[in-house]
Amino acid sequence: MFCLSGLPPVPSTSRMGFSELSIRERMREKLKAARTKAEAALSQEDLGPRPRHLKSIRERKAELRLDEGVSALGLNYRRSAQNDYPSAEEAYNFFTLNFDPEPEGMKVGAQKRSELNEEEAEEYVETHEEEQEEDETKMPENMQPRYLEDEGLYAEERPYVSPSNQNILENRILRQEQVKWFGDDGRILALPNPIRQSSTRPPVFSMEEGIPPELETIYRKAIKTTAANQYLVGPGDFQGPFQLDIDISGLIFTHHPCFSREHVLAAKLAQLYDQYLARKQKNLTELLTDKVFLGGGMTFTSLILYICLYISRQTRRLRDAEQEKDRMLLKSIIKVWKEMKSLREFQKFTNTPMKLCLRKEEVDQRSDEKAYEAEIQAEISELQEEYMEEYEKKMEEYKTELQEWKSWKKAQSEKKKKKKDLQEEESIEDYDLGEEPVKPVPPKMVDSLQIEQQVREKANNFRRKPGEPALIPELVLSGSITPSEQCPRAEVLRREDVNKRSAFIKVFFNSKEVSRTVTRPLSSDFRVHFGQIFNLQIFNWPESLKLQIYETTGLSSTTLLAEVFIPVPETTVLTGSAPMEEIEFSSNQRVMLDHEGVGSDVSFSFEADGSNQMTLMTSGKISNSVSWAVGEKGIPLIPPVSQQNTGIPSALKNIDAIASIGTSGLTDMKKLAKWAAETKLDPNDPNNAALMQMIMVPSSGEANIPDFFRLEQLQQEFNFVSDEEFNRSKRFRLLQLRNEEVAEFRNYKQVPLHEREISEKIFQEYEKRLHERDVIDSKHYLDARRAVVASYLQKVRESVINRFLIAKHHFLLSDLVNEEEIPTLGILGLGLFKLAEPKRPLKPRRKERKKVTAQNLSDGDIKLLVNIIRAYDIPVRKAVTSKLQPSKSSRSFNEMFAASPSAQSPTNNVDWAFDQVLVRPFVEVSFQRTVCRTTTAEGPNPNWNEELEFPFRAPNGDYSTHSLQSVKDEVFINIFDEVLHDVTEDDRDRGRGIRTRVERHWLGCVKIPFTTIYFQARIDGTFKVNIPPVLLGYSKEKNLGIERGYDSVRNLSEGSYITLFITIEPQLVPGESVREKFDTQEDEKLLQAAEKYEVECTSKFPNRQCLTTVIDLNGKTVFITRYIKPLNPPQELLDALPNSSQTTAELVARYVALIPFLPDSVSFAGICDLWCTSDQFLDLLAGDEEEHAVLLCNYFLGMGKKAWLIIGNAIPEGQTTYVLTLEQSQYVIWNPSTGCFYKHYDTFCPLQSVYCLISCDNIWFNIQQWDSPVRISFDISKPKLWKPFFSRSLPYPGLCSVQPEELVYQHSDKAAAVELQGRIEKILKEKIMEWRPRHLTRWNRYCTSTLRNFLPLLEQNQGKDVEDDHQTELQKQLGDYRVSGFPIHMPFSEVRPLVEAVHSTGVHTIDVSNVEFALAVYVHPYPQNVLSTWIYVASLVRNR
Amino acid sequence: MAAAGSPSVFMVAVNGQIESGQFPGFDDLYCKFCFVYGQDWVPAAGLEEGISQITSKSDVAPTTFVWNFPIDITFKSTNPSGWPQIVVSVYGPDFFGNDVVRGYGAVHIPFTPGRHKRTIAMFVPESTSKLQKFTSWFTGRRPEFTDPKVVARGEGREVTRVRSQGFVTISFNVVTKDMKKLGYDVSPSDMQNPSLVPATERILKY
Repeated sequence: MFCLSGLPPVPSTSRMGFSELSIRERMREKLKAARTKAEAALSQEDLGPRPRHLKSIRERKAELRLDEGVSALGLNYRRSAQNDYPSAEEAYNFFTLNFDPEPEGMKVGAQKRSELNEEEAEEYVETHEEEQEEDETKMPENMQPRYLEDEGLYAEERPYVSPSNQNILENRILRQEQVKWFGDDGRILALPNPIRQSSTRPPVFSMEEGIPPELETIYRKAIKTTAANQYLVGPGDFQGPFQLDIDISGLIFTHHPCFSREHVLAAKLAQLYDQYLARKQKNLTELLTDKVFLGGGMTFTSLILYICLYISRQTRRLRDAEQEKDRMLLKSIIKVWKEMKSLREFQKFTNTPMKLCLRKEEVDQRSDEKAYEAEIQAEISELQEEYMEEYEKKMEEYKTELQEWKSWKKAQSEKKKKKKDLQEEESIEDYDLGEEPVKPVPPKMVDSLQIEQQVREKANNFRRKPGEPALIPELVLSGSITPSEQCPRAEVLRREDVNKRSAFIKVFFNSKEVSRTVTRPLSSDFRVHFGQIFNLQIFNWPESLKLQIYETTGLSSTTLLAEVFIPVPETTVLTGSAPMEEIEFSSNQRVMLDHEGVGSDVSFSFEADGSNQMTLMTSGKISNSVSWAVGEKGIPLIPPVSQQNTGIPSALKNIDAIASIGTSGLTDMKKLAKWAAETKLDPNDPNNAALMQMIMVPSSGEANIPDFFRLEQLQQEFNFVSDEEFNRSKRFRLLQLRNEEVAEFRNYKQVPLHEREISEKIFQEYEKRLHERDVIDSKHYLDARRAVVASYLQKVRESVINRFLIAKHHFLLSDLVNEEEIPTLGILGLGLFKLAEPKRPLKPRRKERKKVTAQNLSDGDIKLLVNIIRAYDIPVRKAVTSKLQPSKSSRSFNEMFAASPSAQSPTNNVDWAFDQVLVRPFVEVSFQRTVCRTTTAEGPNPNWNEELEFPFRAPNGDYSTHSLQSVKDEVFINIFDEVLHDVTEDDRDRGRGIRTRVERHWLGCVKIPFTTIYFQARIDGTFKVNIPPVLLGYSKEKNLGIERGYDSVRNLSEGSYITLFITIEPQLVPGESVREKFDTQEDEKLLQAAEKYEVECTSKFPNRQCLTTVIDLNGKTVFITRYIKPLNPPQELLDALPNSSQTTAELVARYVALIPFLPDSVSFAGICDLWCTSDQFLDLLAGDEEEHAVLLCNYFLGMGKKAWLIIGNAIPEGQTTYVLTLEQSQYVIWNPSTGCFYKHYDTFCPLQSVYCLISCDNIWFNIQQWDSPVRISFDISKPKLWKPFFSRSLPYPGLCSVQPEELVYQHSDKAAAVELQGRIEKILKEKIMEWRPRHLTRWNRYCTSTLRNFLPLLEQNQGKDVEDDHQTELQKQLGDYRVSGFPIHMPFSEVRPLVEAVHSTGVHTIDVSNVEFALAVYVHPYPQNVLSTWIYVASLVRNR
Repeated sequence: MAAAGSPSVFMVAVNGQIESGQFPGFDDLYCKFCFVYGQDWVPAAGLEEGISQITSKSDVAPTTFVWNFPIDITFKSTNPSGWPQIVVSVYGPDFFGNDVVRGYGAVHIPFTPGRHKRTIAMFVPESTSKLQKFTSWFTGRRPEFTDPKVVARGEGREVTRVRSQGFVTISFNVVTKDMKKLGYDVSPSDMQNPSLVPATERILKY
């Protein structure tokens, strides 16, 4: 707005922004050129009215010029003539701002306002009264409010404040009489609204509606962990993922139910046109024409000529056919186009943009005619020739016929017939013919005119007439489609229907859906564009690739239109070079529509009367390309040929480079070149062009492209040290390995600062291990197979441990924060009840102790407490003198051979014999090389009740849960008999003093692994003592008569028992199993049901473990019942005792028990139980309880028994798996790892509690009050006692088993067993000698051979009931030796346990000077390399 | 320790004191401290852990709890990774007289030699639910970290929720030996003689 006075207010100039100034500057420059003449006069004028203002001449000039400029520009501004000159900025605003018509009053106000200094404000106030009543108070006295906006200055937008609030604030300020808060316009000062109208950040568009873009999930490709998969049992090594790129660009319907009639025609037209184009491209007619002339033009003699002619004729015929086709095609194109035109006219709208233009190609009339004529002539002549030939042939025939005829009909009068002919040759024939009678009709000569006519007619029919313009059809899509509003209703409906439709494509790889395209709408020309590329990372050789086309209508229905199989690309088809291919598809779907759409599989007609019906099926084309991806290093990601199921013949292999040298070979130029030379690759074959170029480039050395591309150029600057240095440095390596938590370095403290301080030795062990991982050490294992298995297990173990290490870094709240649980009413009640408890109860119970997390513990903090309470039925020494106690047992007559001291002095008196106790047992417990023993008790049922304390040292001083879990130490509880020997040399010394030597005789042992104690927290119970089947000099007394009746119950069961209580002080919290969700192939519903079932069960019985899913060797979750399946036991075992099922079952159980035991808790550190299938188990020949149990259960099922798996708790194993069978209405519990079986009500059954029963099709959870096997019923049919997993509400879905169809066993290898036997014996003998470094170790060969003969007998009898015979025999043979020793029976896995077992017996510790040893080993092979090993070790002392 | 030759370890000697704490609303507090350090660090001398006296707040205006509990420890190390942190946890009786935790906090020992003062903001773990909160208040068994050293580590913290509660001020006097010789230069380049420059007063303000 312009001021009347034109006085620019001083403050406003100061407010001008820089941009305004510069623009003004420019404006001034422009106007300068136009303004020159009135300058002087104006400047004079200028001085007049505004003398007071301080203004530079220059500025004033500018203003003047501007004003002039305004008028010069011809703008109608009514005051421009009369007023003073506007300021530069006013002029600028005039040019830049919108010029709104101003109400008169405002203008007046503005005028007044601009004259603030002249103090004339009354009028203004009138105009603004309504808005701001208190303007006067807000302004300093005698001040008029200024409105910068109205003055044309830029006033920024104020943030919105509601008027009432504004008034409140203004009033508040006014009351304080602080006027400085108000601006020139009388309003409160305000900063401009800081909120921008448009956001500077580009909006993030969400793919899915309703979800804010920030929360949108991003799809990441699933990453296959190689660790989980690389150790698959079986052949086929893993080579990394391969990638197949499937590019689906689009879909075109050649027929669609929504096609209108016009579309049908358009499609037809398009098809014909395509055909036409294809033909044109081939240009067959032209080619053949050329050929014809070529053939015709050639002049050769005789045979060649004849052949040429023949070819020429053939080609001509072909050419004619082609020409005819061309013409027909053109005709039909035109016909369809005409039909379409008429249809369009008829329906009064167009649906398709198709338009056919017929382009006429003018031809030179004369030359064309000439060519035409020439061709016709050529053809005629050719035809004539042909006819001639034919004629000649016929003539020959005729001649012979005639001759024949002549011979039998000579007398016939001659008749002559002349034949007219044009050609000379024929006249000669005529002559011949002239003499002949015409009984056989002579051939007729063809008229040349006739020929010509024929030819011309033909040419007329399907050849372009001479001079007639050549018609070239052109299909263009330039036609306009009638907009919907001009179409009839049916058509509009059809179009709407089309708009509703959309399509998508599913991609199936090996008939599994791998991906699908987005759903794209169908465009009006029935094309769908996808343009998506799917990168399939595959592991298997592709067997099939399939696309399924789906169409969706509206929101709901999705129909499968068609399935298309795509060929798997050749190995040479790589991404980037693969061409787009179109694959046709069609569907037999019947669609009827109620609008203009013609439908599919529905007959319709173009004619009004409904004749000429046609039926079309939905069909179309998919354009796609499939190719192999190229990897990072340019290696095509193609699986090697070996993976392909179809054996590619070797000839093909030679041709295909990738097939023969593998994909990686392509990057190796030398290899490639060599291969090319070998296969004599044709360098001119266009198929090989790419390959040849590839070989050529490096060999010629032309292209010198760097073989790297650096993305992060600054990476080097950020590197800590150079890579070489990093790799060279031992220190960095150490730090790196420690960070990776490699076992050897995990707790390495104080990595030295200097290279030199790190010795190479540190890495040696690690490198050795790395090295050994691949090299199979057969020396250690004696058996190559077992070595392989051991290394495999080692790998599985490592991968599991790695998994565990990762999981260790996942924390739960309870790991970090100690929070008391909310006390329930029950607990409160118990608390109250406790108050009433007696302070010192008569039968004190063990109280639960507070658990200590193993963190800040150190050596010596943890103690292992072993409380040895009592033992039952310890074997007793054989009776001293058989004569004295003949009634004891029938065996006593052969007890001359007893190791008791009485053997030495058989002549001792009777009293001494009576004093002699049966046995003086004591217990020695050894743990981590600390040995403690109890006092010696007396009798076969001793009572010690002693507590032994052992310090516990964790490996490497690492007391973390993980480390404690992997402690492999065992607690050995050995029971010995303390034997006093009288060493008095002769009777003369007797009486002067007693010189005895204490000897200890090993009776049996119990082994408990530390991990069991750790996980169980305490072990409390009665254990069966592992007593060798033959204990020379001892016998199990069945002293029913002597002992009290109480013990008679116990004696019903065989074996000796010891009652123990073992615990760790302080109580440690066992580590929880890995909380990791494993991937699975189970049905999601089943898993959910399983989870629900588990939660339901454990909420009722939190102590009972409910097992529904387990983890297989690949780390996948598998439903447990899949492991149970009837399997065939080795036939040898079944054949051994064909008539007794009981013994066969025992034999099978023994076979299973002979498979070495490998506790998961040690190998896999309690992380997770890995379940092998039975064939894997038999392959590995190692497993823990569940593998044994599953195999045994499967065998029993295979033998036709009813069998279940018991998930329960047993001592000493803890959580374990047993097998339950039903035999003759009696339940039998089998311990699969020992082969023992127990009756249902056996009190000494090691199984303490039963949680679940599992069969091949169901799981039952024990919901009885008790879980001890003697107290529960195994009747699973009662839902009150057993809660089934699959019930009526959730029927068994028929899960297929993970077990193999049948187990195949290798036959037992006797020769290998014998060899192994010898090696073990040698090793053990060496070891025994090693253990006795200060003594001479003599071997008694005779005894050894006796023992060796005896061992197979033991194996045969499975260690039972041989004692008597054995002892008799041994005694006979070794009459004058005192023998102490026993056979040890073990399944064979490694040598080390055998050595340890021999060592633990302590046979070698005897230090009598004239001792001799005997050691015999027997290995009995069972099928599938299961070996039963017997070691008989004995010491002999010659009786004097 | 052949200092004259090339050293194989560097030493960090720390002394100072846990000066005071600000825990409005609480009284009778004591604190515990311990050090958390990496695998390459070994305490050479001094106390790794300590527990202070119980202090009551003063009656007059600045109600800070003054412990003035000395710290004196020397570390030797081969690797600056795992630089020692001091972990302080403060305890005191609650309304019912149960000893409950009032705050956990940790701070790295300053790298540079000289005198430093640090104020640590303290926090305690929160109960998982309102009911838990009530019962824990009632029973006096508030949630605690299983190990106070958790606060010096980053692992697993995402599962916890904490409430900030109070401040503890610690002063450190740090002396290092052989750091520069071994290539670890922690002092600014313009600082020729660290002892002449006044201690960097970088008290962290919260």
